[in-house]
Amino acid sequence: MKEKKDKIIRDLEDALSSVSNAVELYEVKAEFLGKKGCVTELSASLKTMSPEEKKNFGKKLNELKTAVEEKLTIKGKEIENRILNEKLEKEKIDVTLPGMQIKCGSPNILEGLIESLEELFMTMGYDVVEGPEVEKDLYNFELLNLPKGHPARDAQDTFYVKDDELLLRSQTSPVQVRTMLANEEKGPIRVICPGKTYRRDDDDATHSHQFTQMEGLLIDKGVSLADLKGTFDIIAKFLFGENVDTRFRSSFYPFTEPSVELDVSCFNCGGEGCPICKSTGWITVGGAGMVHPKVLSNCGYDPDTMSGFAFGFGIERLAMLKYGVTDVRMFYTNDLRTNCDRKDV
Amino acid sequence: MMRISTNWLNDYVDISDENLKELALKVTNAGVNVETVEEYSNPLLVVGQLLDVFDHPDSDHLHVCKVDVRDEVLQIICGAPNVQKKMKVIVAKNGCVLPDGTQIKNTVMRGVESQGMLCALMELDLEENTPENYEKGICKLPDEALVGSNPYNYLGFDDTIFNLDLNPNREADCTNHIGFAYEVAAVLGKKVEKPETKCKTIDADVNDELDVQVITDNCTMYNARKVKNVVIKESPDFIKERLINCGMRPINNVVDISNYIMLEYGQPLHFFDAAKLGKHILVRMAEKGETIVTLDGVERKLCEEDILITDGDNPVCVAGVMGGANSGIDESTKDVVIEAAIFDPLKIRYTSKRLDLKSEASRRYEHGLNYEYTLEAIDRACYLLEKYADAEVLTGVITHDIVDKTPRVAKVTLSKINSLLGLDISLDEAKKCFNNLMFPFELKGEEFTVTIPNRRNDVAMREDLVEEVGRLYGYQHLENSMPDLEIRRGTYVGNIALRKAVSKRLRALGLNETRTYSLISPEMDEMFAYEKKQSIPLLKPMSVDKSIIRQSILPSLKNVLEYNVARGVKDVNIYEIANTYSNVEEEDTKLAILMSGEYMSNTWQGVHVKSDFYCLKGIVSNLFEYLGYQDRYSFVPCSEIPDMHPGATALINIDNRPVGYMGRVHPSLIKKETYVLELSLTTVASKKTRSYKYKEQNKFPSIVKDVAFVMPKTMNSLEVEKEIRRSSGKLLKNIAVFDVYVGENVKEDEKSIAYSLTFGDETRTLTSEEVNELFNKVIEEVTKKLNLTIRN
Repeated sequence: MKEKKDKIIRDLEDALSSVSNAVELYEVKAEFLGKKGCVTELSASLKTMSPEEKKNFGKKLNELKTAVEEKLTIKGKEIENRILNEKLEKEKIDVTLPGMQIKCGSPNILEGLIESLEELFMTMGYDVVEGPEVEKDLYNFELLNLPKGHPARDAQDTFYVKDDELLLRSQTSPVQVRTMLANEEKGPIRVICPGKTYRRDDDDATHSHQFTQMEGLLIDKGVSLADLKGTFDIIAKFLFGENVDTRFRSSFYPFTEPSVELDVSCFNCGGEGCPICKSTGWITVGGAGMVHPKVLSNCGYDPDTMSGFAFGFGIERLAMLKYGVTDVRMFYTNDLRTNCDRKDV
Repeated sequence: MMRISTNWLNDYVDISDENLKELALKVTNAGVNVETVEEYSNPLLVVGQLLDVFDHPDSDHLHVCKVDVRDEVLQIICGAPNVQKKMKVIVAKNGCVLPDGTQIKNTVMRGVESQGMLCALMELDLEENTPENYEKGICKLPDEALVGSNPYNYLGFDDTIFNLDLNPNREADCTNHIGFAYEVAAVLGKKVEKPETKCKTIDADVNDELDVQVITDNCTMYNARKVKNVVIKESPDFIKERLINCGMRPINNVVDISNYIMLEYGQPLHFFDAAKLGKHILVRMAEKGETIVTLDGVERKLCEEDILITDGDNPVCVAGVMGGANSGIDESTKDVVIEAAIFDPLKIRYTSKRLDLKSEASRRYEHGLNYEYTLEAIDRACYLLEKYADAEVLTGVITHDIVDKTPRVAKVTLSKINSLLGLDISLDEAKKCFNNLMFPFELKGEEFTVTIPNRRNDVAMREDLVEEVGRLYGYQHLENSMPDLEIRRGTYVGNIALRKAVSKRLRALGLNETRTYSLISPEMDEMFAYEKKQSIPLLKPMSVDKSIIRQSILPSLKNVLEYNVARGVKDVNIYEIANTYSNVEEEDTKLAILMSGEYMSNTWQGVHVKSDFYCLKGIVSNLFEYLGYQDRYSFVPCSEIPDMHPGATALINIDNRPVGYMGRVHPSLIKKETYVLELSLTTVASKKTRSYKYKEQNKFPSIVKDVAFVMPKTMNSLEVEKEIRRSSGKLLKNIAVFDVYVGENVKEDEKSIAYSLTFGDETRTLTSEEVNELFNKVIEEVTKKLNLTIRN
């Protein structure tokens, strides 16, 4: 029996060594385990054996069957794997070819910056409000302590639309006036007002007849210049990184008193002095101050009980500093080769 | 910009021990911006000494000079007649750039090498370029000049200049050296010393030789004095140097003195030639059409807004702006009438602007003058004329004076100062600030009653005093704090949230945002004039191409398309949201989209999604679904929109009311196949939407049936769809177009559209029998009603 068994195993191994596909494997399987297969034939001899012999032989026979099946299965797996690998080989692609161009649109770089600032301010409780671009002289100048003939009106030479009444706003400050006037209880206010503004400037690398401002206004009891400093510090660090310092320099705006320039330490040279900060170590990024008592009272607030601060940024200037733009006209040429669809815009 | 000579400044406040750069920083931090600190020096401009001089071998006037400049000996060719051995001279070395921009370079002149240039004062822009000055030759420095050192030190230009970039509120007090001295003194805690104004007078009174009459309220002060027998000559060096350092060119001693006083006190003076003026001065408003020939020889037309100085009959000076040619100082002037006046700032502003004659003087009048200085300045002028022009000064001053001299007083408490600034300044610190400012005050408890000096016309009220204390005490002491307000998240107010949502969605859908100008040209204003009402022009535009406020964004997007196509960008898919105006009172926030070229592609795979009508329609549909307008929007064919293709344009409706339009641009306006959309977001925002609510999906299976109808080409799919819906009733859950066919088996003027109809019921499973029955009924009704056939 042992000899037979060994021979069958050897024959099987011989037969399998030349098998190269599923059909041949099937044929080999039939040859050994089929109805007329050699293993099956062996079991025929069982009939003639005594029960004692049967038990012994049957055990051996089962062992043989198991061994044969195992070898066939292994060969089957081998063939399957080879076929699969051949298929995979055929399916190989050139992964270096370009992918489908899935384009997300790019925001205008100014709009991108405005949106991120709005997010910041809304988390600090500021509402985002807007006002009309064709504005009344009353709101753009008069109520902001800029009466007719005021020298500071010179600096904001304005596009008038109708006599001396209607103009293209030269600043977003009229939105503050509108907000204060609309607040019937004369209660606390926290708003930012982003928007387009217009002045009679010839367009060049640093001037634009149309530009963008974002102003903020906060009014409550007991608001101080130190509160403005704290608020500005947050904005500056948001825009230019945690490492920048901030400082105030005394300045002048007709609608704030005291007025200050908002400076950040140069994020380029860290204060050492470079062309960006004109060797001063500081860069002016906006203007601010405590709301002028005349503006407060013009809008129905009592300057003896309420105070507030206002600040303003030129969005173009911030964008030029933040992203290294050197010509303000770039924001309005809309060259589609420039794409600023980035998470940090 | 205002140039301050620190040498001059030192006459009034002692800054001799100060580091001037540090001083500039201190003054800047306190609020008067010293933009630059300018020192007269140029490393390539040095003192040299002529070791040897001989004639050029090949010229009759050139000299060859051997010049010691300390570290080397240069050979320089010079044509000036006054070169002499041992002379100390100014040497511009190789590479030196002169004030006029000329760069000095080593060269060869007629065969002889020359390594630089010996300079005359006019070449350094320290003297006028005149034939007389040219004749003088090169500048001879004093013998003690140190070879190799800075020559400016020996020319009186060892001065440091502060260039002030002034805020408008400090124009009045910081555009003169005395006023700025008070600011410096306040910063340093020092005292100010005023200059000498007293002079000898002769035994004659101005009142006997001149009378002044002022018949307008626009001249609140008019002072006149008279001097005799002036000798017109060059000014003394210190006056010339100071004027030059402050950016003014010396002319002669008399003219220079008037400019000197303006820079000293901020008070512009006007000098009349007494012989030409006569005995009368009448100040009045000009009459309409009146004319005067001004000093520059130009005839000026005047109007009722101009203040005029006359000799009683004829105009002699446009007050505060420019003198008349008929009464000015010239070489032969002997007797001078000096005017020191205050005119209404607004009037001067208006006149100087209208006549385009802005000057150093008009600038000062415009910002308001201090009457105390007006009085001092005229005496100071007499003092200087006596000293430097040999003038004989008449006694007396003729004065017209209606200036309101009520002391200006403001009150502030220490607690107000601290609460507004958020600082903790002590009473002593606050007192020190007011003392340093030389603001007299009384203190009651913690309340300051401050008398504001006339030189500071920018300070008027409580908050101004707070600022004065704050800026002198120093904002560097501010600690960052935050306002104590309720914690909440801010929101977008009004329609802004909608606009932001639209913008972000369109970007996600692959459109690029643009930002174009609101002001456009008349040609652009004519384009895409679907909703256009009357144009809104600016009153005084800067140029024609930016003269009208736009009512449509599309003309600007057309420009963006052209700009990009010209730069090789073929696929232009853009949008812009902006405020437009159909009339000045009504702002309309519009959305405009322009698409041209391809929307999406992968060329090597042959994938091309064209930016066409249906692509754009898909985008706007996606947007409306996102915004919550499901089943409320529709597209209605419209052939009458200007600049649009009559056969490929639709009105966009929400709730059956138009909000805008979309379609292909008429090829006569844009040749390249281009699609646009413009709609009013203001109108869209007025259509309220419900917020999202979860809806359970149908648990029962649905049955899909397909049918293709053959219809005339002119028929719109929408008509068929409407009919399908009507005849199907509520079991129809969806209609989808899955094929549009023209060609074989379909007549030339017909098309076939294939629809997939989805039937279902939320309460049960439909049987195929009932669906078939319904489907057949739909087919029958639609074909009959619309006169269509079925395509098999």
